[in-house]
Amino acid sequence: MQDKILDKSEVDALLERLGSEYDVYAPLRDQQGSVEWAALDSSSDLVWDFSNTGVSPKRFVFPQTECMMRFNNRSDDPEGMIMKQEQGLQRQQALLNIRPCDAKALKALDSIYCRDQTSNDVYWRDKREKTLYVGLACKSPCPTCFCTSVRCGPHYEEGLDILLVDLGERLLVRTLSEKGAELASNLSDAPDEAKQQAAQQKEEAEAAVRSQVGLENIQSRGIMELYEAPMWDREHESCLNCGVCTYVCPTCHCFDIQDETQGEHGRRVRNWDTCMSWLFTYHTSGHNPRGTKKDRFRQRFMHKFKYMPYKFDVIGCVGCGRCTQSCPVNIDVTEVVGEMNEPDLN
Amino acid sequence: MRNNNPYLPYPVRIKRVEIATEDRSLRTFELEFLHQEDADAFRYLPGQFAELSVPGYGEAPIGIASSPTEGDTLLFTVSKAGLLTSHLHSMSEGDVMGVRGPLGKSYPLQEMEGKNVLILAGGYAVTTLRSTMVWLLHPDNRPKYGDITFVYGARTPGMILYKELLEEWETNSDANIHLTIDNEAPGWDKHVGFVPQIAEKIEPSPQNAMALVCGPPVMIKFTQPVLDKQGWQSDQIIMSLENRMKCGIGICGRCNVGPHYVCKDGPVFSKAELDELPKEY
Repeated sequence: MQDKILDKSEVDALLERLGSEYDVYAPLRDQQGSVEWAALDSSSDLVWDFSNTGVSPKRFVFPQTECMMRFNNRSDDPEGMIMKQEQGLQRQQALLNIRPCDAKALKALDSIYCRDQTSNDVYWRDKREKTLYVGLACKSPCPTCFCTSVRCGPHYEEGLDILLVDLGERLLVRTLSEKGAELASNLSDAPDEAKQQAAQQKEEAEAAVRSQVGLENIQSRGIMELYEAPMWDREHESCLNCGVCTYVCPTCHCFDIQDETQGEHGRRVRNWDTCMSWLFTYHTSGHNPRGTKKDRFRQRFMHKFKYMPYKFDVIGCVGCGRCTQSCPVNIDVTEVVGEMNEPDLN
Repeated sequence: MRNNNPYLPYPVRIKRVEIATEDRSLRTFELEFLHQEDADAFRYLPGQFAELSVPGYGEAPIGIASSPTEGDTLLFTVSKAGLLTSHLHSMSEGDVMGVRGPLGKSYPLQEMEGKNVLILAGGYAVTTLRSTMVWLLHPDNRPKYGDITFVYGARTPGMILYKELLEEWETNSDANIHLTIDNEAPGWDKHVGFVPQIAEKIEPSPQNAMALVCGPPVMIKFTQPVLDKQGWQSDQIIMSLENRMKCGIGICGRCNVGPHYVCKDGPVFSKAELDELPKEY
């Protein structure tokens, strides 16, 4: 790890260097005034003062629709009906100013997508390896942020190649990987006062994360104890199963696989899916193991806060608060998780 | 797996199709790999399943009915139920499709060594138990196991799968074969009644034994009290689950039962394991 310094007026030089090797994406202000991920054309478009994007950047590694393979849809052709793997990403990509929570989310999902030799998702891995993560530390967390409760934080470094800390006119450039170090190799070392300023900013940002939730009781409780808790009867009631929480979530990673054909062209694609849908688990026989709204609501929280920690030792949440922000019926993730963690579960 | 891409099916050709039951709802497909190296790579054990891949229609997870001791071709008995399986039922010998696998865990064949084996099968859930029986009765494996008792129930004589093989086991193997149908039928001289009733009648001893139980939910429901009464412990009872699946490798997120994915951590679980988990199957 090295701390370098970069004057904001010199960001162009860095971008030029990036652009020669990478397609560069960053959170940019759109015509409606909201900040969302888009391709970066000019450094003047960069936004330094934003909370976070409405939708997470997971699509750069896990596109909403992704072609996995193609086939010739003709059974009279000797090459027909045989799946051919789609090529990987043609050019490397850089995610500039990604929030540390969003980078950590992708890192957490590696334990599922690249679990072992047989569960080695080549599509995920291809894009993970061809992506550079240049993080931007959070200055002013949202009221819905609770990253410090879930092994993350406004300056969290895991999953990043570089962490930028906005010091006003300058950026502290912290290199966190070989790729990052190489990119920042021609920058000068950060002076001590800049390092101190960054450290102070980290402390302040962490203290500004007001929303907190405990997980210790969730961890110590048995699966069935949590699963059968009466709280689910109350908590699920207002949920519409609309699935927007899973859409905006940086760690929601469930998908569907579908075949599409047009004439003799065919392809197999995967699409984002949602555990909020009844169809997600519906058997051909008509039986549905998660047939009720309560079942599906409970699954989402159990998956992130019990099953994933139990199975992979990662929390399926980075505390970005997007689900709370976008929920049409004001379900607050920290409230539900708080209930799961109550000393007297009821 | 080929190119290390676990989603890419091996191309196979339908070598043989057989209408398996009198109501024509089940067909057995024998599939041969287009490339020998794929056949070599597809190393499986009884209890595992594969995704049958029909380009344009998708994939369906189906238990492997053949045993690896039977050679390089694979056997699947498929119920005509949804979009893909209905199309599969219209496909013919010579047609090309795909197979992705083997997926999931096998029955605990090693743990079963030195023990008596009780197999309770109902309806077309018998497929992976066919695989198991063929494997157990193979001369290389048979000496490692004690008594083998196989109980298999179907609605009618015409709904019994793998008839020739069952006859072969009845005449030429040392396994205790008990076939049963739901109601009396002309010419039927074997058991009559549901699988739990036959299990009650033949009283299999839980002493140094393991039971593999696979069938429709109603069979499981009524078999359990019988096994309980006979003193079977939950860690001696092995079951195989089904859930809706897509990826088959524990990633896409839909087939979980608690923290475990049926596709990857199962489909085979002991009843002791399932007792600790939500009944989301």
